[in-house]
Amino acid sequence: MEVTASIEKERKTNLWGGGTSPLKASYGKIMMWFFLLSDAFTFSGLLITYGFLRYSYPAFSGPVSAFKPSVDYWPIPEKIFDAVPFLHGVHLPLLFVGIMTFILILSSVTMVLAVEAGQRMDRKDVTKWMLWTIVGGLAFLGCQAWEWSHFITGTEEGMALSNGVIIHGANLQVNEYGPPLFASLFFFITGFHGTHVASGVLLNVIIFYNVVVGTYDKRGHYEMVEKVGLYWHFVDLVWVFVFTFFYLI
Amino acid sequence: MSTKNIELEAELHEHDHDHEHHQSFITKYIFSTDHKIIAKQYLFTGIFWAFIGGLLSVVFRLQLGFPDMDLEWLRPFFGKWITINGKLDPEFYLALVTMHGTIMVFFVLTAGLSGTFSNYLIPLQIGARDMASGFINMLSYWFFFASSVVMFISFFIETGPASGGWVVYPPLSALPQAMSGSGLGMTMWLTAMALFIASTLLGGINYITTVINLRTKGMSFSRLPLTIWAFLLTAIIGLLSFPVLLAAALLLILDRSFGTSFYLAEIFINGEALPNMGGSPILYQHLFWFLGHPEVYIVLLPALGITSEVIATNSRKPIFGYRAMIGSMMGITILSFIVWAHHMFVTGMNPFLGSIFMLLTLIIAVPSAVKVFNYLTTLWKGNIVFTPAMLFSIGLVSFFISGGLTGIFLGNSAIDIQLHDTYFVVAHFHLVMGSAAFFGMMAGVYHWFPKMFGRMMDEKLGYVHFWLTFIGIYLVFFPMHYIGIAGFPRRYYSFTNFDTFSMFTDLNAFVSVAAIITFGAQIIFAFNFLYSIFKGRIAPANPWRSNTLEWTTPRNPGHGNWPGKIPEVYRWPYDYSKPGAKEDFIPQNIPYSQTPESNLPFEKDLVEKEKAEKES
Repeated sequence: MEVTASIEKERKTNLWGGGTSPLKASYGKIMMWFFLLSDAFTFSGLLITYGFLRYSYPAFSGPVSAFKPSVDYWPIPEKIFDAVPFLHGVHLPLLFVGIMTFILILSSVTMVLAVEAGQRMDRKDVTKWMLWTIVGGLAFLGCQAWEWSHFITGTEEGMALSNGVIIHGANLQVNEYGPPLFASLFFFITGFHGTHVASGVLLNVIIFYNVVVGTYDKRGHYEMVEKVGLYWHFVDLVWVFVFTFFYLI
Repeated sequence: MSTKNIELEAELHEHDHDHEHHQSFITKYIFSTDHKIIAKQYLFTGIFWAFIGGLLSVVFRLQLGFPDMDLEWLRPFFGKWITINGKLDPEFYLALVTMHGTIMVFFVLTAGLSGTFSNYLIPLQIGARDMASGFINMLSYWFFFASSVVMFISFFIETGPASGGWVVYPPLSALPQAMSGSGLGMTMWLTAMALFIASTLLGGINYITTVINLRTKGMSFSRLPLTIWAFLLTAIIGLLSFPVLLAAALLLILDRSFGTSFYLAEIFINGEALPNMGGSPILYQHLFWFLGHPEVYIVLLPALGITSEVIATNSRKPIFGYRAMIGSMMGITILSFIVWAHHMFVTGMNPFLGSIFMLLTLIIAVPSAVKVFNYLTTLWKGNIVFTPAMLFSIGLVSFFISGGLTGIFLGNSAIDIQLHDTYFVVAHFHLVMGSAAFFGMMAGVYHWFPKMFGRMMDEKLGYVHFWLTFIGIYLVFFPMHYIGIAGFPRRYYSFTNFDTFSMFTDLNAFVSVAAIITFGAQIIFAFNFLYSIFKGRIAPANPWRSNTLEWTTPRNPGHGNWPGKIPEVYRWPYDYSKPGAKEDFIPQNIPYSQTPESNLPFEKDLVEKEKAEKES
């Protein structure tokens, strides 16, 4: 107790003078922040790659209504991502991805509530909100799986290449919606983000388990929830950028 | 709150008596979480790689210096890579230069240098029991180890190791059919690098967090030894630049193994058109050099930090311009991120953009010059003690100057068109970054060996090692400037295929002989190093009469570093030859109240402050 008291005092007098945590955070939390900073640079690298390749292609020049996918120009996203499960053939631009985004942001909200409950040491509430966060993460991954499989399967009409071959759907080499690179980038960057979400869900499950068995009550604090919460918010924030790059511009 | 320290302290007291017995060989020396052991693991692995990397360079120097030499005697080592005429296989030559570069830049001068000294010195010099997370620290080493294993195995595969140059530019590296080294060897290179990046990130977040959170009482940032400042900034650079290499490597893996064309535009190979379209190899270069240039400073800054410490200690003078040193390192850190395209002046870049990058590049000369002048002014009128570490530090300053000057040539986009990818570039970066960082590493080993192993290295052998290496390096790299200005491109297998260059045959033979002698001198070091670990003279507590905290630990510091309380810090680390003081050094843990004879006027107020803090 004495130690804590004297450190409290020291903190007020000289925050950066040593013997204290100047950022008022445990080492684990600082490490998480720096890891996220570096991960942000990985994503920046990938999104800059997207921008670089995107602008090496011309945009579609005619009116939006006359847009037809072609390997010669970059597609207009709202013309491509317009499908919603069970509503076959209905043109609903960006509705489904909007729902996905909403789900992910909602799961961030439940994560905030879990962190807040953790600070109150309320195990029941943490359990509840962690569970909702996991459900949100899984729902997002499920949506992404559907989005991917729809993108891979493609449309009935497909796209005719210059040599007369008609291709359906998209994979890492061919793409009926535009230049092959559009599909490669889509799969890689949303996939890389999806991997982050998947590992986030895994972390959340571990935390959830530890909450349920009372590990953090024994430890006396719920800081692990906060640390994983930081990661989860980061993944959410990155999605906002991925969403902007792929679906909006 | 320094929870970690307090916890460790409690743990230490609890286990005081039975602590040592519980550690088996495996937990103590192999899967150790103690920063000192991890540092030594990095050091040994680094030295191992340095010898491998050096040997490779000797082999390709034989080819360059003596193109007619019969290399049949190398067949037991290289097998089919020696052709039936007893010559080095040209593709294997490319593998040699590629692996030499990769090993030296990443495994020796990044992991071997930063990994060793950041791990060893950060906790000891800031007054911490250990790194913030010993487990993550251990993980960092083992990722590096795994990366080393993968890279090492790639030497023994049928198609040979990666051979597209250490920068592995696509399309050469992206198409497995482009050359034999672009096959499995390249895949293993990328795997090893991905593991290496993970290791660097884990190490980096640990170093940064430890410096922020675990400094002992009184160790403010303005009392931090310059070594720690250098390690901190190095870790920050690594943390921000390696992830971009990760992104670049992942995209390259996709191009290689999954048929995408991020880096591949329309391309023919062996007369056959590939389906790839739309990608850009220049994109890879941008992503690569966004790491690649900061990497130069990841290699150099720790060496400069070590040099600051060694030069101040052995000049028996405070470092000149402590704050200017920190400022210039910060300047270098920031500038290192915005100059990468000076490696790409000849890629068809817009000349206007080129001149912007040229301007930014030349600005780096300012903080670099600040550092050089500060070293020189620290030496000026000092009571210089020429320990081997000191000699290596002075050697570093020399290389930093002579290599830095050619940097001004190369940073100039117009001159670079002539000099790009010639031996001039090879000479430049081997002096300014390769040899300088290597000398920093050697200075560090000689200086902190007594702390690491509790024994002294032999000084005489140290001097021999220094002079042979120092002169040898100049003899190797200085002539390369001429070859480069004459236009000879780097990475070429043979000089003799071009009549223009036959006049340099003698010079090349000379360079090769110098290289072999320089490499031979390292064996002296290896002997000295290994012999001294077991049979060296027992080290006194503070052999260099140095101020920093690591010399307040016992001769062989155990787990937790200090047996009792962690020392507190009252002053900066450079109180050497302070007027009025009894001795010519005052360690950081001596309060001002104990040194009334040497206190400066403003420091008298600090005595009052110390008293006030004691009472509270």
